[in-house]
Amino acid sequence: MKHRYLPMTETDKQEMLETIGVNSIDELFSDIPERVRFKGEYNIKPKKTETALMKELTQMAQKNADLRSHTSFLGAGVYDHYMPVIVDHVLSRSEFYTAYTPYQPEISQGELQAIFEFQSMICELTGMDVANSSMYDGGTALAEAAMLSAGQTRRKKVLISSAVHPEAKEVVKTYAKGQYIEVIEIPHKDGITDVAALKDMINDEIASVIVQYPNFFGRIEPLKELEEIIHAQKSLFVVSSNPLSLGALTPPGKLGADIVAGDAQPFGIPTAFGGPHCGYFAVTNKLMRKVPGRLVGQTVDEEGRRGFVLTLQAREQHIRRDKATSNICSNQALNALAASVAMTALGKNGVKEMAISNIQKAHYAKEAFKTKGFEIAFEGPSFNEFVVKLNASVKDVNKKLLEKGMIGGYDLGRDYSDLKNHMLVAVTELRTKEEIDTFVNEMGDYHA
Amino acid sequence: MHKDDQALIFEISKPGRIGYSLPEMDVPEIDINELIPAGYLREEEPELPEVSELDIMRHYTALSNRNHGVDSGFYPLGSCTMKYNPKINENVARYPGFAHLHPLQDESSVQGALELMYDLQEHLIEITGMDQVTLQPAAGAHGEWTALMMVRAFHEANGDHKRTKVLIPDSAHGTNPASATVAGFETITVKSGENGLVDLDDLRRVVGEDTAALMLTNPNTLGLFEEDILEMAEIVHAAGGKLYYDGANLNAVMSKARPGDMGFDLVHLNLHKTFTGPHGGGGPGSGPVGVKADLIPFLPKPVLVKQGDQFVLDYDRPQSIGRVKPYYGNFGINVRAYTYIRTMGPDGLKAVTEYAVLNANYMMRRLQESYDLPFDRHCKHEFVLSGKRQKKLGVRTLDIAKRLLDFGYHPPTIYFPLNVEECIMIEPTETESKETLDAFCDAMIQIAKEAEVNPEIVQEAPHNTVIGRLDETLAARKPVLRYQKQ
Repeated sequence: MKHRYLPMTETDKQEMLETIGVNSIDELFSDIPERVRFKGEYNIKPKKTETALMKELTQMAQKNADLRSHTSFLGAGVYDHYMPVIVDHVLSRSEFYTAYTPYQPEISQGELQAIFEFQSMICELTGMDVANSSMYDGGTALAEAAMLSAGQTRRKKVLISSAVHPEAKEVVKTYAKGQYIEVIEIPHKDGITDVAALKDMINDEIASVIVQYPNFFGRIEPLKELEEIIHAQKSLFVVSSNPLSLGALTPPGKLGADIVAGDAQPFGIPTAFGGPHCGYFAVTNKLMRKVPGRLVGQTVDEEGRRGFVLTLQAREQHIRRDKATSNICSNQALNALAASVAMTALGKNGVKEMAISNIQKAHYAKEAFKTKGFEIAFEGPSFNEFVVKLNASVKDVNKKLLEKGMIGGYDLGRDYSDLKNHMLVAVTELRTKEEIDTFVNEMGDYHA
Repeated sequence: MHKDDQALIFEISKPGRIGYSLPEMDVPEIDINELIPAGYLREEEPELPEVSELDIMRHYTALSNRNHGVDSGFYPLGSCTMKYNPKINENVARYPGFAHLHPLQDESSVQGALELMYDLQEHLIEITGMDQVTLQPAAGAHGEWTALMMVRAFHEANGDHKRTKVLIPDSAHGTNPASATVAGFETITVKSGENGLVDLDDLRRVVGEDTAALMLTNPNTLGLFEEDILEMAEIVHAAGGKLYYDGANLNAVMSKARPGDMGFDLVHLNLHKTFTGPHGGGGPGSGPVGVKADLIPFLPKPVLVKQGDQFVLDYDRPQSIGRVKPYYGNFGINVRAYTYIRTMGPDGLKAVTEYAVLNANYMMRRLQESYDLPFDRHCKHEFVLSGKRQKKLGVRTLDIAKRLLDFGYHPPTIYFPLNVEECIMIEPTETESKETLDAFCDAMIQIAKEAEVNPEIVQEAPHNTVIGRLDETLAARKPVLRYQKQ
């Protein structure tokens, strides 16, 4: 057969078979036992031409209500943000996206330097000493943080705030089961981790305490207060953080966090139906040699020229094999590049401006809801999300909104049985005053 | 700084420059101190670069010029399947209806996305010969671990708590033992025989009532098909264990042998290898897991099902191992893999494997006189050479790899698998032309001659890359892992 991805001609094939010393390609498969040999072809859809396939998949894509043609107030861990156009132009440089992991540094300096810059930017935002080259996503990064804390402290219990992203919490629990670690939830009180409960629950058997900042309800956790309680028991303090918020908020590193993990999706990475996004993982110097995944370090060549290499590889799974505490291998390098380009484009001023714009616009929306007679659950300082009480099911309201070209907020009743009819509303810098006003108006009759 | 150093983005930053265009602040602004509690408003700004848009584009273009991808040249990195990354995939993944969907939207508003995922699952079920597939794992290693967690849940559900051991051949990918360990198992190594295949007697010796599973790659990392696969399946199944297939090498057997027909109970696939999701410089990947019917209850949740003409995410899975990742996997990579499968069709996928195997065998025969060939038999999609003849001349496999850089090639995988001395592992893939394979073989033959007559030129390679061999000891001893403003 002829195919645009398969360059061998019939003549090539004959010459090659001759060199090998066989008469047919089939002979090369003679080592596959007859009993397991697959005969014929797969029963799958026939191939399509480039044009026909693009037409079919365009139609499939158009069946979805996307965030470009709809106005979204949905967040809950994944956000519709300003994506500098330049990000995709850099990402489309195929020297980056068609490369493997940079194991040959002499011909991978571009990727290695880009990752080194990513690590540096994550350190700057989080206020931590060391950041790795990326993780799969925020949820698995948080799970790896929990595993690291258990290994480091030799303790087998982890406390996690119920105001952490519910899906991340589930992932932490799955990972914990693998390594025989117990995960216990700390309740929230009025949308903030319950400090009194934490004091009751913590003891010298707790490897770490995990909170989210801003938390799943959009609220700003009192990290300083939590830190003292946690470190008094020599437990590790793990903070899951939206890195965009750290353009405006005091970084967890300045408030005593030992590990900061999260997802860099708000920086130039499309929502993509939930993935791929870009987990990040940052620690204090003390934990540098316990970090999972790949690290890029600076060094020199024989002539003293600066260069970058994958370093401290003794930590990694392919060296440690059955002594490994993490098995991460592939990461999200290309999305780390996207995040780097977005952080670079925004820069020192833009990150702050964008973070504050989120706070201001969300605050405006919150006040607009209140003016309309809505009750805000868990009222208090927040980043770009807040919780609105409704008199109807969030699912039904969202269906009505969808008819008007809007994607409503997240149904908290899915994860919290006491929060039925509570909508988590996200307002980013992309939303205009007009869109916010229209949204609040459309929600008009649903206040509790 | 050395005159040849490539500036860091931080080093070209200048206060006052910007590279962004944020949406207007069109709502009334409140004093930020009233909105954020005292002590939680950032005081010191992060040291991020201040650069113009052109600065950014020039910087990253310069970096890309210091990077080698498949589009730059031949990349025969064994076990990594560095085939061409089709451009249609990139276009389709960027369609707004795929790229800009929120994972928590109402199911009714994402039916097209769920349809694509479902149809991809159906295709992967047929390709692997399994009964069900989950797309949730983010990468190959993540898939391995997901599958092993399911093995654990399966045995535990049967009240079988003594199965604490996972058997792994000595030629296995390094991730296999790491994944088994983090899934809570102890690992036992199974020896390979002289012929490079699993030693059945050793397998019989280590298998037992404490065996949870055997992890196997077929063809194995030497590029050899494990001919005794059915006997191995019988031995493991008779002892009550499960058989796990590491799908990293699936490019070798598509339409020739399916894991499900070989007796495997679980399989992970690397969609970024066989199915052309680009490697992205180290990710993102996608590592779906396929299982036989008795393991379906343990799949991570949610499970995508079809009810009438609607696609539905089923969360009511009481025996599920739970979530392994937020949302539904690396959808963007799955879109690319689906586009590829639909571009190839059944005859195309069959041709892919045939050419991948033809190319590997051709190169192996062209190189067998210049390098030691430890296993002289048909290989599958990849093969290993040994550089021990060159080692006697003072030229190491690492030197050969570095010398290849001077010819514009990405070197093969080296020093892996661990059971071959001075190993060189070559995987050409099916998308390369005969001219490319010949030119690479010519370079390899020339290097073998250089090792005999002029070893210094190999030992001191590379000679014409942007940078020479880097001091890795320094990097590890005095780690500099970030830029800091002086």
